Amino acid sequence: MTYQISKNPMTTIPAGRLLCLPSLLKWGAFLALFLFPAFALAQDGATAAQAVGYRDIPGLGSRNIIWVIAQQHLLLAGFVLGVPLFAWVCEIVGWRTKEARYDKLAKEFTKLLTSAYATTALFGGILLFLLIAFYPKLMAYLTDVFFPSFLVYSMLFLLETATLYLYWYGWDAMQGNKKGFHIFLGLMLNVFAFFIMVIPNAWATFQASPVVIAEGTALERAWAATWNPTWWPVNIHRFIANIVLGGFICGAYAGVRYLLAVSREEREHYDWMGYVGNFIGVFGMLPLPFAGYWLMREIYQYNQQMGITLMGGFLAWLFILQAMLIGVLFLGANYYFWLGISHRIPGSEQSYKKPILAMLVVLMVCLGVWMTPHSLVASLEEARKMGGTHHPLLGVFGVMSAKMTVSNLMILVTFMSFIMYWRAGKQETAGWAKVAKAIMGAMLVIAGVAVIVLGVWGYFVPAIVRINYFSVAQVLIVLFIMVTFTPLTGLLMKSAKTTTEMVWGQMPIRAGYSLVLNAVMVILLMSLMGYARSSSRVHWHIYGVMRDTSEYAYSPALGYAAAFMSLNTFVFCLLVAFIFWVASMGDKGKGQPKPEAEAKVPVGDMTPAMAGGSPSSSYSQKG
Amino acid sequence: MKGPLSTTAILLAGMYVFLKFILPLFTAPLPASLIYLYLVLTLSATMIFFTMSGSSLDSFMGPIGRFLAGTDVGGTAKTARLLVLIVFPLLVGWQTYTRLAPSDLPPAENRTIHPAPPGEFVGLSNPYPTNEQNIQEGKGIYAANCSPCHGPNFDGKGTAAPGFNPPPANFADPGTIAQLQESYLFWRIKKGGVGLPIEGMPWKSAMPRWEHELSDEKIWKVIIGEYDGAGQSPRTWEEEE
Repeated sequence: MTYQISKNPMTTIPAGRLLCLPSLLKWGAFLALFLFPAFALAQDGATAAQAVGYRDIPGLGSRNIIWVIAQQHLLLAGFVLGVPLFAWVCEIVGWRTKEARYDKLAKEFTKLLTSAYATTALFGGILLFLLIAFYPKLMAYLTDVFFPSFLVYSMLFLLETATLYLYWYGWDAMQGNKKGFHIFLGLMLNVFAFFIMVIPNAWATFQASPVVIAEGTALERAWAATWNPTWWPVNIHRFIANIVLGGFICGAYAGVRYLLAVSREEREHYDWMGYVGNFIGVFGMLPLPFAGYWLMREIYQYNQQMGITLMGGFLAWLFILQAMLIGVLFLGANYYFWLGISHRIPGSEQSYKKPILAMLVVLMVCLGVWMTPHSLVASLEEARKMGGTHHPLLGVFGVMSAKMTVSNLMILVTFMSFIMYWRAGKQETAGWAKVAKAIMGAMLVIAGVAVIVLGVWGYFVPAIVRINYFSVAQVLIVLFIMVTFTPLTGLLMKSAKTTTEMVWGQMPIRAGYSLVLNAVMVILLMSLMGYARSSSRVHWHIYGVMRDTSEYAYSPALGYAAAFMSLNTFVFCLLVAFIFWVASMGDKGKGQPKPEAEAKVPVGDMTPAMAGGSPSSSYSQKG
Repeated sequence: MKGPLSTTAILLAGMYVFLKFILPLFTAPLPASLIYLYLVLTLSATMIFFTMSGSSLDSFMGPIGRFLAGTDVGGTAKTARLLVLIVFPLLVGWQTYTRLAPSDLPPAENRTIHPAPPGEFVGLSNPYPTNEQNIQEGKGIYAANCSPCHGPNFDGKGTAAPGFNPPPANFADPGTIAQLQESYLFWRIKKGGVGLPIEGMPWKSAMPRWEHELSDEKIWKVIIGEYDGAGQSPRTWEEEE
């Protein structure tokens, strides 16, 4: 009926006739006759809509759908917000050093970003529609509280999109003396991206730690709700995590391209890109546990119930899984560095064997401690022998003092792995190099011992002393080592002579697989912590303010959740693979002439690396 | 016996012997789940180390590949290969049988010892100051009501303790009350085992519901006495003056 009205030949009536009074009256009567019932019905509909608390899709379940879509959106958003940061830094490095390969790499990163951007927005839109449909009451409440920020968010999205268009499409046009403006665009892209991240963080953190003021203007209420206790801890944590995710996904992209590379030039480029991706991932991963610790501390301080649910209650097992995933990530990142030393710097394999073994042992011991649960899984007989589910000796590994100590040591070892890689194949020539190295060695030993002493001491002091002073001191010690060693090593390397030139494109194929593994671990980790953060609210939509009264007002069991985390990781990997495949189609279509190097590669070398094309031993290629 | 493969086998065997037989000489035996975890980590470490270079990877994977494929295998090695190919599936079958065969033992459990407290107990603070009088009073209440299970030394070794499984909490262990706020202890003492949520398996705790026997004042004071007696401090967010 409505359709027929809209097809009414009213538009063909001359304007003069429409404006005369009798006609107006006639049209008024017509509108009243037909539209009043519609209006009344609409009012009834609005009332009915307000009464609907939840909608569901039987069989699938509204919560499951939201779970998948929200996780995909968050992972894509993490990538899209993390990549511009290091793409921009790469571009600046290329601009300052005049090395074209950095500019090329920055452009390649941005290409991945543009491909993923639309999909992120698409999933954001789907998520919004589904939230409005499935949780109308909750969304009405959140809209009421956060309406002003919705406007700001929309504006930021417009600015971000426009800037991204200019940044990407203007890349080649803005070279030379226009490069400065292009870099300014990159800066603005990151500024908008940061605020695009922090505004939805306010909505999400408000649900966990709400601040509700009864009086005040819409702006005052939105502002109070935004500045809730976990907003900034989540902002910082997500900001760093996005860099880690972006870095490792770009690394995985490079890893796959490396495995598929058929020319020497491609192998060299994607080997280097993989190294940069891994470096960015590790760079972000080092401070990430500190940010996570701060977030958990704030949650615990905000609400004891939520803190215990996460750290000691039914979600505590997630942190053992988290330890495993972070452990694999640390091992994967270090393994890649060590493979780099062994394969990119010819002849260095034997000389670095012992330090690598020492680092590996420390990492494994630390991981063993981190993964030891406080309450052990034990049969009745085993529990009887232990005198409970806490082991009398190893039970001490189960508490935060031990976990903080080993995570700091793992960060320290990973940092030293990077320093070792940096120094490999070079000979310091500075007169003060010997003294500097001795001081650095002594500092490292003192730092390691201090972290352990503080960790052990932490068992004998009140919790508040451990949390406020000892844990903070451990973090500061590790950070101190990082901020002093980095410039010192940089100075040493400035005057160092290269004894063995680094050879790119020689990495075995397991290096490519380790890059992919790191990306998968990060995605799993983010899916895991997404579930933990969401489930810590237990049966509340907004903690202590709006209760979940749907049929899903319970926390899914850990096994069920683990299946969903795996599903989310799998779907995201497929999505990323599809996006990157689409992005690489453009390159193939350009029909550029093949580089000279590629054309002259011997037949045996034209095989992709994963099929054994790279020159090395037989097993090192297969494995 | 040299080479990555034999080194890995020796390391794994050594680790197993240490965890299963040597460590229990000094402390309680480790549960199988923990031994398994440490063995997996040991295996991972050796695999990472021996796959670092092409040559060590060849000597690590090469014998396995040749052994499985049966290339260049003769004499004793051939017999060993046959034995492994027969024994290995049998072992897998035995493992499957022992996992699935009906048993009178309860399965390994995942009990949450410190589940989240109910909302009404969150944020409570002890209204009584920690002074000598309250400490002594608290310890007196503890001696009369709690020490038979939790022990006169606050270490969970009371005279009645051997009769309980799970055993009474050891307050001297830095992993128990030192990790908790006073309001948490107040909840646990007042509501007892039956007040635990499902993940805490309320049916497994024999802790009485003390609200019927002790007033709130006495419960708060016994908490003061427990912390002092165990030499621990409660988790707080403010430092004491």
